[in-house]
Amino acid sequence: MKAAVVVFPGSNCDTDCFHALKDVMKVPVEFIWHKERSFPKTDLVVIPGGFSYGDYLRTGAIARFSPVMDSVTKHAHEGRAVIGICNGFQILLESGLLPGAMLRNKTLEFICKHTWIRAEENLTIFTGQMEPGETLCVPIAHGEGNYYCDDETLKSLQDHAQIVFRYSSQSGEVREEFNPNGSRDHIAGIVNKKKNVLGMMPHPERASEEILGSHGGRKIWESILNAIG
Amino acid sequence: MKYKALIHTSLKKSVLDPQGQTTLHALASLGFKEAQSLRIGKYFEMVLEAENHEKAEQSIHVMCDKLLHNPVIEEYSFDIKEMPS
Repeated sequence: MKAAVVVFPGSNCDTDCFHALKDVMKVPVEFIWHKERSFPKTDLVVIPGGFSYGDYLRTGAIARFSPVMDSVTKHAHEGRAVIGICNGFQILLESGLLPGAMLRNKTLEFICKHTWIRAEENLTIFTGQMEPGETLCVPIAHGEGNYYCDDETLKSLQDHAQIVFRYSSQSGEVREEFNPNGSRDHIAGIVNKKKNVLGMMPHPERASEEILGSHGGRKIWESILNAIG
Repeated sequence: MKYKALIHTSLKKSVLDPQGQTTLHALASLGFKEAQSLRIGKYFEMVLEAENHEKAEQSIHVMCDKLLHNPVIEEYSFDIKEMPS
């Protein structure tokens, strides 16, 4: 498996993702600067967290028009894997690769803390190494992670098993009190219908080794590696 | 011709606006009981070149659809004025 991490002006989790893939998962990985119109064939594209273009206008709204995004879209349409984390998720929403949009957190606060998320199913390349209902401890760090979509889109996400992660308690209960940002249906991560594009607000790259306090995110990388080989 | 466009975007009525609600509560706690509802949006002031008023309107619709507003959560409206040459 080969991976690539896209770097926008204002990305700040790019080297963490690079480190998790290269040093922890031992996967060949390279950076792609957002001005590149094309990049060598790769199995996994990571769109990292941060504040691309200073979050001006709306989170992810400017980044989605970066030259590299046409190639990322092509890569996704060819059925290859894309994972957008935090600001990367916001960029995927703005680009239309995933449905919905992000609102300000319900509390209006920037929230930076460990959260528990529940893996809802394991039929994606991102979750194959998990049991459905298994919980992972993965940190969040965002001001706009309040996922929103209309009723019709939500039903479609539910019907097509596209809701991959929900905020939960450690034991997997899904309730308002465990939802940090007010997201609809407690959504922490979704995939597209083809299930090759994942967007999630929690940061698996910050939870990939014990020295960082939790390694819940590592299962996501392991699942991808196992699926792609 | 040069035109000045005043564009507003705001969250759709069906979308909860936590910033607007918090600000409304702040006004109420300051004693402004007359404030009934409050929505927060964005305001853009743009100077643009167009052949005529209709063409100016058309390009603003395209700009709003492509970049300035997110149709999933926001709606937009605008006014255009011709600028003196």
